[in-house]
Amino acid sequence: MNARDAILQRLYQGREQQGGFEPPASDFSVLQRPHWNKTKKLERFVQAMSPVHGEIHSTSRDNWHLLLQQLVRDKGLRNLWIGNGTPHGSFLADHWQLEQVPLLQRTQPVNEWKDELFNDVAAALTGSLGAIAETGSLILWPTPAEPRVMSLVPPVHFVLLDSDRLYATLHETIQQEGWAKNGMPTNALLISGPSKTADIEQTLAYGVHGPRELVVLVLE
Amino acid sequence: MSTATDAVKHFTPRARAALDNPAVRGNFRKAMDGLMSKRQDAFADWDLEELRELGAAVRLRALSRLPELLEQLERNLQANGIQVHWAQTGEQACEIVRDICVARNARTVIKGKSMVSEEMELNAFLARSGIEALESDLGEYIIQLADEAPSHIIMPAIHKNTTEISELMHEKTGTERSSDVDYLTASARAQLREKFMQADVGVSGVNFAVAETGTLCLVENEGNGRLTTTVPGCHIAVTGIEKVVEHLADIAPLLALLTRSATGQHITTYVNMISGPRKTDEKDGPEEVHLVLVDAGRSAIYQDRELLDTLRCIRCGACMNHCPVYTRIGGHAYGTTYPGPIGKILMPHMLGLDNTGSLATASTLCGACAEVCPVKIPIPQLLQRLRSEAMDGDPQRPATVAGHGSKRRWLEMLLWRGWTVFNSRPWAYRLGTALITRCRRLMPSRLGAWTRYRSAPRPAAQSLQQQLRQRQCKES
Repeated sequence: MNARDAILQRLYQGREQQGGFEPPASDFSVLQRPHWNKTKKLERFVQAMSPVHGEIHSTSRDNWHLLLQQLVRDKGLRNLWIGNGTPHGSFLADHWQLEQVPLLQRTQPVNEWKDELFNDVAAALTGSLGAIAETGSLILWPTPAEPRVMSLVPPVHFVLLDSDRLYATLHETIQQEGWAKNGMPTNALLISGPSKTADIEQTLAYGVHGPRELVVLVLE
Repeated sequence: MSTATDAVKHFTPRARAALDNPAVRGNFRKAMDGLMSKRQDAFADWDLEELRELGAAVRLRALSRLPELLEQLERNLQANGIQVHWAQTGEQACEIVRDICVARNARTVIKGKSMVSEEMELNAFLARSGIEALESDLGEYIIQLADEAPSHIIMPAIHKNTTEISELMHEKTGTERSSDVDYLTASARAQLREKFMQADVGVSGVNFAVAETGTLCLVENEGNGRLTTTVPGCHIAVTGIEKVVEHLADIAPLLALLTRSATGQHITTYVNMISGPRKTDEKDGPEEVHLVLVDAGRSAIYQDRELLDTLRCIRCGACMNHCPVYTRIGGHAYGTTYPGPIGKILMPHMLGLDNTGSLATASTLCGACAEVCPVKIPIPQLLQRLRSEAMDGDPQRPATVAGHGSKRRWLEMLLWRGWTVFNSRPWAYRLGTALITRCRRLMPSRLGAWTRYRSAPRPAAQSLQQQLRQRQCKES
C-alpha cells in the first residue's frame, strides 16, 4: 500500500473505532464588529497601521500623483517601478514630471531581470483591492501587470487604497467578496506594515527582507 | 532519530545545567515576561473565552472530518496545479523533497521557517545528498550559523542575547561586532538577498491548509517566507496532516488567535495565501508548487479520542511562554523539536514514551498552558494520561502510546500493592502506624531525588488517630 492510502486508511479506521465524533458548533458571532461607517473604518485602519510603521497619507482621486511625486522627491528615490497597463500606472506615466526619476515599466518575466530588480529598483507602486480596518491590512491580489515581487523586493512600496473599499474584518471580507465561492488567485496577500523582525532579543527592526517602508495613499 | 532520542534522554542533567546558567535564565525570563504582557494587551478588546471556544470548535470540526478533508484538499490542490505528496515518516518526507530537488538539478535550497522540516531533520538530510539548505528567517539563520536547534517554536534564537548574536555573526560571516540590532539585521539581509536570487528551490511550512479552496496559508513578519515561495522556480511546502481546515472562513478566527497568542500582534506583516503555481501570463511565482503531507506519528495520535486533542494545536507557542518550567530551563533542555508543554504531549508519540520518559513528569500541572491555549487543548489532562500510559497504570483502559509501560518498575509496583493493603485493612493500618511512630528515629535522612532539594520527612511521635483518641478521652 502506498503512503497516501496507508495514512488515510489509518485515519478512517481510527475514527470508526471511536464511533466517530461530533464537534461543537462553530459560532462566528464573536468576530462580528458593531457597524462601522466609512469614517470609523478609516480611523481604525490608521490606528492599526500606524504603530507598525505604515505611513498613511490622505489624498484625492485626481491629485494623488502630485503627492506621490512629492514623496518620491522627499525620500530621494532613484526610480519607481509601476505596473504595465493598469489605469493608475498609465495615468501616472502621462502626468509624471520628475525628469531625474525614471518610471520603470517591465513586460518580461521577473527572473529575466532579477539582478536589476534586487539591486537597482528603489520603489514600486501598486494598487490594492481594499483594506481591513480592524487589523490595518491591505488586500493585494498580484496580477501579470503588478506581479508579486512589486510589494516585496523594492525597499519602498507605495500602495493606492480606495477609501470606499474598506472592510471591517477579514471574516467580513471573505464573506462579502465570496472568496471561497469565486475561487482564489494563485497568490492573495494581506500586508500590514513594512517587513519587520524581532528575532534579535525581541528588538523590533524594520525592513529585514521585504520593504523598509510601506506608504499608503488613501484616495478620498 | 538516534541523536534526537539521545538528547531527550538526558533531560535531567540538561535542565540542571540550564538552571545553573544565569545568562540563559535571564534571556528567557525577559523574553517570556514580554510575550505574556503583549498577548494580554492584544486580546484586551476581545471576548477571549468565546474566541477560544470558536477556535477549538473550528479545529475539532476539521479533526472530526480529517480523512475526508485531506482528500478534498488533495483534489482541490491538484485542480489548482499543485502537486501533492504523502509521507508516513519524516525520512520519507525528506526523500520526497530530495527527489524533487534532484529532478530539477537543484543545488541550493532556501528555507522559510518550518517546524515540520526541523522535525524531519531536513537540512542534515539534504546536506548528505550534496544539497545546501539555507535558513532565511532571521532567528533560524542565527541558529543555523551556531549549528543549534530552535529553542522556541516561534522565536528560535530567543536563548541568545544581542552580544552573543553579534559575536556569532562576526565569527561566521565577518560582520562587524555591534550592539545595534538594525545594523545586524541589515547585514543578514544583505547576505541572504544574494542567496534568494540564486536559490533553485524554496522550502516552507504551512500554517493552515484550506480544503475548500486548495489554499496554503502562511503567516510571517520578515518577508523571507514570501521570497521563499515567490522567487525560486520551485516551491515545496511541508506540513503535518493535522494542519488542514475545512473552509476559507475558518482561517479568520484561527488567524486572530494565532498571531495574538504567539507574539501579541493583531496580525503579522504578511498573510500569504498560495493557491497555485505561476499561470502562463504571470511574470513571477514558482512554476512548480508541491505540498508534502507528513504523518510522522499523527495518525497514531488520531486513534484515541482523548489524545487526538493534541492535534488541535496551531503552533502559537503561548503554552511555552506561560510555562514556569519552560521559562526556567529554556527550550534546549527538552532535547526535542517541540519544547515546552506542547512538546511534552506531542513528542512522546513521535519518539515513544520509552525515549521521552521525563517529559510528561517535568510539569507541576499548574494549568497555565491550558488556560492560555487558543484552541483549549487540555494539556495537564493529557500529561496525566501520558504519565499513566508510561506506568501502564490504568487497568480499565489498556495503554496504547508507543513505549507504554516503560516506567513501570517491580519495586514500585510492590510498594503500591503494600500501600493498598495497608490502607484497606484496619489491622494493617494500626500495626503499621504503631511501627512507624516507634521507629521514627530510624528514618533515613537521604531519600534519593526527594531529599536533593527538600529535608526528609520525620514521622510524628503519635499518629493522628492516636491523638484524636486521646482528645476524645480527655473531653469525655
